[in-house]
Amino acid sequence: MKRKIWTASALMALGALLWSNGSGEVEKADSAAAKAQGPIEITWWHAMGGANGEKIDQIASDFNASQNEFKVIPVNKGSYSDTMTAGIAAFRSGEQPHIIQVYEVGTGTMMAAKGAIKPVYEVMKEGGAAFDPSAYLATVTGYYTTAKGEMLSMPFNSSTPVMYYNKDAFAAAGLDPENPPKTWEDVEKVSRILVDRGVVSAGFTTTWPSWLMVENFSAIHNIPLSTKSNGFEGMDAEFLFNKTLVVKQHEMLAKWQKENIFKYGGRASAAGPLFNTGEVAMTFGSSAGYSGYKQNCDFSFGTSPLPYWASEVKGIQNSIIGGASLWVFEGHSAEEYKGVARFFNYLSSAEVQADWHQFTGYLPITYAAYDLTKKQGYYAANPGTEVALIQMTTNQPTANSKGLRFGSYNQIRDIINDEQEAIFSGEKTAQQGLDDAVKRANELLRQFEKANK
Amino acid sequence: MRDKQIIYKSPVLPYLLILPELVIILLFFFWPAAQAFYQSFLREDPFGLSSTFIWFENYRYVLTDPFYLSSLKTTFFFTLWVTLFTMVSGLGLAWLVFQLKERETYQTFIIWPYALAPAVVGVIWYFIFNPTLGVLPWVLSLFGGNWDPKLLGKQAVLMVVIALSWKQISYNFLFYLAGLEGIPKSYTEAAMVAGASRSQIFFLIIRPLLAPTTFFLLTMNMLYTLFDSFGTIHNLTHGGPNHATENLVYKVYADGFIGLNLGASSAQSVIIMVMAVALTLFQFKFTDKGGRA
Repeated sequence: MKRKIWTASALMALGALLWSNGSGEVEKADSAAAKAQGPIEITWWHAMGGANGEKIDQIASDFNASQNEFKVIPVNKGSYSDTMTAGIAAFRSGEQPHIIQVYEVGTGTMMAAKGAIKPVYEVMKEGGAAFDPSAYLATVTGYYTTAKGEMLSMPFNSSTPVMYYNKDAFAAAGLDPENPPKTWEDVEKVSRILVDRGVVSAGFTTTWPSWLMVENFSAIHNIPLSTKSNGFEGMDAEFLFNKTLVVKQHEMLAKWQKENIFKYGGRASAAGPLFNTGEVAMTFGSSAGYSGYKQNCDFSFGTSPLPYWASEVKGIQNSIIGGASLWVFEGHSAEEYKGVARFFNYLSSAEVQADWHQFTGYLPITYAAYDLTKKQGYYAANPGTEVALIQMTTNQPTANSKGLRFGSYNQIRDIINDEQEAIFSGEKTAQQGLDDAVKRANELLRQFEKANK
Repeated sequence: MRDKQIIYKSPVLPYLLILPELVIILLFFFWPAAQAFYQSFLREDPFGLSSTFIWFENYRYVLTDPFYLSSLKTTFFFTLWVTLFTMVSGLGLAWLVFQLKERETYQTFIIWPYALAPAVVGVIWYFIFNPTLGVLPWVLSLFGGNWDPKLLGKQAVLMVVIALSWKQISYNFLFYLAGLEGIPKSYTEAAMVAGASRSQIFFLIIRPLLAPTTFFLLTMNMLYTLFDSFGTIHNLTHGGPNHATENLVYKVYADGFIGLNLGASSAQSVIIMVMAVALTLFQFKFTDKGGRA
């Protein structure tokens, strides 16, 4: 009896073990069989929700319908940081997708991950796809290209910030709705008028406070964010924005916050509703927010280039981009990379790009797509949508406005946000806050440098 | 209890019977814990391509990080206020409902919030408290109040404490009500006959008799605020503004998953693990004594 029970339990335990192993093998065999028969599957992890997510599904299914060798499967992985974390975790366990969309602040981290990433220029070369990096907008690709001009990731959804302003509010305050402020001096003046006449409770807000008030602010004023050309020339860069015009800007913002000229609306795009609901008359945000504002605002609004300090510069240099690019993971077969190359080629064709640009407000990444959109009469029919492109392409970018390349920048941006909140709430002076931000951010740069030696 | 123990003749069978449970615990608790422990001594790039053994440097970094110390303080603050707030209101509500003849309706409504996931609670309160869209800021603005938890840390902390407590009040209510129902009527009746006032009955008879429940709830509430608050904080404030609502658990997430600093994040989880073990041992010891007394 005793023996029987023992044997039975042992068998049960063994069975459980076998079952768990066996089913895994069956699954693998199944998918291998499917692969042998059907098209080769390419997985693409992305972070686009809502209408943009549906657009991605459409792009993939159009590509799949255009040929029968490969099948691109897009999978939404949540927010940008969720997607990146998921991709990294997947790589660590050997389950990485082929393509992953990574936001621009993750660029430094991805670039440093040499054994994990297959550079796009390699993928394209090996895949035999026609590929000409100079067809791409320089201000966009500059972000994702090595010093030697090799493109490491595929720019996909890039945007640049612009000013949005409420035309109805301008008119109600007796201001010219077709003449938005061009300088920070005017932004202040106009805000005072708008608030004094009781049209809005505060003049302006901003989304993405670090992207707008530190990174783009520096670029359009042509001042450096750090040493080593904003990190492009080496991992040993040190931040400088506690010694530049950024300090004055934050002094003003803190002062304006008290006077209701400026109203802080939170991190990322949390400030959006302040503008939608008419609480403020101006906001700064991604050009890709255009369709969202169009949907949510029951007033007419316009777009305009980012303002500059007329006391400091004669005009704006150029703004820098945000958004995301597509990275290719190591560890897949040559056949599969061929599919990736084919898909990237399709993705950057003028038709697909022009459609994507017009639908989402993201920048077209090639000159051909820009020209096609012009030819289609899109900008004439939708005034204000070209502002972002003009702002990006009018001036040749300098070392200060080419973009930025720092490791751990997602965390650094959080640090800047932290200190900005401390400054705007009056807890710290602008100088103190930015000094602390630079100190903490430099520590992270040094850690990143050590970890990636 | 001892006399009820079953004695197995074979030394192997009992172990076999608990084997499935052991496998699960080993696989989902001990293995990850061991990994975290090992990781806490490494400096590694996010992809795990290169790693260096650096002894206690992660711990040194964490323990000298001013935001870590402030998250300790925040955690303590949350725990104190949420525990106090939920227990007082849970007991108060239970006492009120206990005196009713028809309890079911009230009971159901008060228990309701407990059925919600912490993340959902976060979203609900996000909409109530949102400075632009919310109801509460609008009401406050009628009285000239300035509600801006996105910028003002103290308001954000208050907001999180309220959201965390709201859900947990149900739990406290439920246990206190059960506790009250478990007190023999004869005690309170005898006291009434002896001429005790309502408050005397409550403070001198009910309160001490509820002590085991109170102790149990005290530890449960502490554990809840320490480890279950993530979803609520994530949806309400993301730990901001300027780390004001970042507790220990949230910081592990922020450093590990957003910052991709796995070493420092692991070191923090090891510290939390030690705290959790200590708290649980403490609870075991006391409930054991309470049970025997």
